[in-house]
Amino acid sequence: MTVAAAPKSKERTRFQEFWTSPATRKLRRNPLAITGLVITLLFGLVALFAPLIAKPSGNCLRDLNITQASEVYNPAGAAFWTAVFAPPESCYLNERLSFQQQPTKPSAEAPFGTVNGYNIFYGLIWGTRTALKMAFIIVGVTLVLGVIIGAISGYYGGWIDNLIQRFIDVLFSLPPLILTVVILTILRARFQSGAGDYDPTLPIIVASCVTGWAGYARLIRGEVLRTRQLEYVDAARGLGARDFRLIMKHVVPNSIAAVFTIAVLDLATVPLGIAGLSFLGLGFEPGFSEWGQLVDAARAWLKPEYWYVLVYPSVFIVLFSLAFNLFGDGLRDALDPKSR
Amino acid sequence: MLNFIVKRLIQIPVVMLVLSLMIVGLTQLLTPEQRAAPYIRSEQQAARLEQIIEQRGLRDPFPVQYGRWLNSTLHGDLGYSKASNQDVIATIKERLPRTIELTILTAIPILLISVWLGTLSALHKDKFIDQFLRVLVVLGYSLPSFVVGILLLAVFYAYLGWLPGSGQLNVVNTFALGDVRTYTGLLTVDAALNGRWDIAWDALQHMILPALTLVIVLSANIIKVMRNNMLEALTSDYVRTARAKGLAPGVVNRKHARRNALLSIVTLGGFLIIGLLGGSLITETIFAFPGVGQWVVDAARGVDLAAVLGFAMLTAVIVVVVSTVVDILYGVIDPRVRFD
Repeated sequence: MTVAAAPKSKERTRFQEFWTSPATRKLRRNPLAITGLVITLLFGLVALFAPLIAKPSGNCLRDLNITQASEVYNPAGAAFWTAVFAPPESCYLNERLSFQQQPTKPSAEAPFGTVNGYNIFYGLIWGTRTALKMAFIIVGVTLVLGVIIGAISGYYGGWIDNLIQRFIDVLFSLPPLILTVVILTILRARFQSGAGDYDPTLPIIVASCVTGWAGYARLIRGEVLRTRQLEYVDAARGLGARDFRLIMKHVVPNSIAAVFTIAVLDLATVPLGIAGLSFLGLGFEPGFSEWGQLVDAARAWLKPEYWYVLVYPSVFIVLFSLAFNLFGDGLRDALDPKSR
Repeated sequence: MLNFIVKRLIQIPVVMLVLSLMIVGLTQLLTPEQRAAPYIRSEQQAARLEQIIEQRGLRDPFPVQYGRWLNSTLHGDLGYSKASNQDVIATIKERLPRTIELTILTAIPILLISVWLGTLSALHKDKFIDQFLRVLVVLGYSLPSFVVGILLLAVFYAYLGWLPGSGQLNVVNTFALGDVRTYTGLLTVDAALNGRWDIAWDALQHMILPALTLVIVLSANIIKVMRNNMLEALTSDYVRTARAKGLAPGVVNRKHARRNALLSIVTLGGFLIIGLLGGSLITETIFAFPGVGQWVVDAARGVDLAAVLGFAMLTAVIVVVVSTVVDILYGVIDPRVRFD
């Protein structure tokens, strides 16, 4: 693995610096973490190229303005780019091959079989895309919210800090899943009362973000309290830097390492949380390509002859979670100076 | 110490007040008709919907409505739950003991197993058993509870048929429940006290799979922390001194190292109990175990506001009380901790 040779000149590229830094070297020597990273990246590719792996059909074809599913493989056509980067909403709906409740065996048309007439393969592949899309949106929003609020809380101190921290105490008085369920119940009632189809995406994002930001804020606040007292911050202030510049340029970048690993691990727990909500019937509606849906569908078909209904979704979910956790643990070990 | 306890107990009403303000505030997003639902107890009342809205003043400004809600809550009226067809308070009284029973049956094995395995792992660092346990731990916290639960259900109920799959009792025994006098509210204990060992055994059998699911999912983290603590304790000076003065290795490991390693397990145990008492929403739903968790999931699905709100209040009380108890316990175990 020692590919990176000793630097020939003093000027090393950014990449080389990153590649040979102690943390990266430690990560590279951890075979489990690398395995995790590779599998995670594979899941990323599956999500990105979902339209090519599970061919679009039905309304999705219509919305992509093509007549043949194979047209999606042509990179010269517009359909390829739309399908990969901005697929219409109808593509996320699971392909329904029949209206028969009973599962059917894996076949050429549905490689993992069907349940309730839905194509399990299609659901899992597009479900990966749903999971990662939601994970990146939710972790992104919570991270930004948490960092900003935590930095303000830690940097200003005083009554602002007190107010924010007591508010976080109140949020923490409910376990995360329960808080999410409470918010989601009310938002669902709000959005379902209007006409038209209920799209749970926004309620799930809002509920998860309200639950998630407080953890990051706590962590960042602690880090900011530590870094704020360092001399270089005083020096920057002495040079006349404004508060905003101080926070954003000097305090936060030096506090962010701790949050980063947690964000990576959250990329795994968030989709599992959403799958759990869908499993409980509080997330995505049946027929949407999503992992929790499929596990829920398997509950009615536990007999050994319908093994494919349960096994494929379970393997997908566990593999995803395992890979992310292995990589996240490796990353934490690598970035933690104590374990060096 | 007394000061500390009083301070923490004062926190309870404050936290509840802010939390209820937030949740009741959120319900303002809904229509008055939806908000009236918690007070409708029968078909006849449903016909007089408009009257109930008027009577309860559900179109009034928010502070007035909140005042009214607070007033009725303080008088012990949390409203009516559609999901359980009875008042929220009555539902909690009926279902909480069952969740407590499951909590006891789950928390004790989890704590014992994790302390044992964590110690074992640390004492044999980098040997086969340690590597093996570490793999198990990573697997354990990568497995989401809805996948574990369903897999156990498929294997032990659908395939092997060894254990019952859902509910708290077999249908035959539910009829015998009338003869069982209630002493503690815990069904297994009550049945045993009445001499109905068959019912006690039946109830116990129904709890094995949910408990096993929770043990698999929740032990991993505690094992990991226990291992790290134990490793740290084993390298400390006082352990070296104890070895140097010729104490038996078993005594050093058990009395010097492990007792100190156990300290942070108390905190984790507190979180564990909070999580379990708040109803393991997913596990209880999978096994149709009639505890508070299953009820609140039903309620959330049916937009049963009274139930969700009441449950949130209940969980908040549990969280604050249990964490206070844990903090006090911590002080009792570790004389270095001071409460000022």
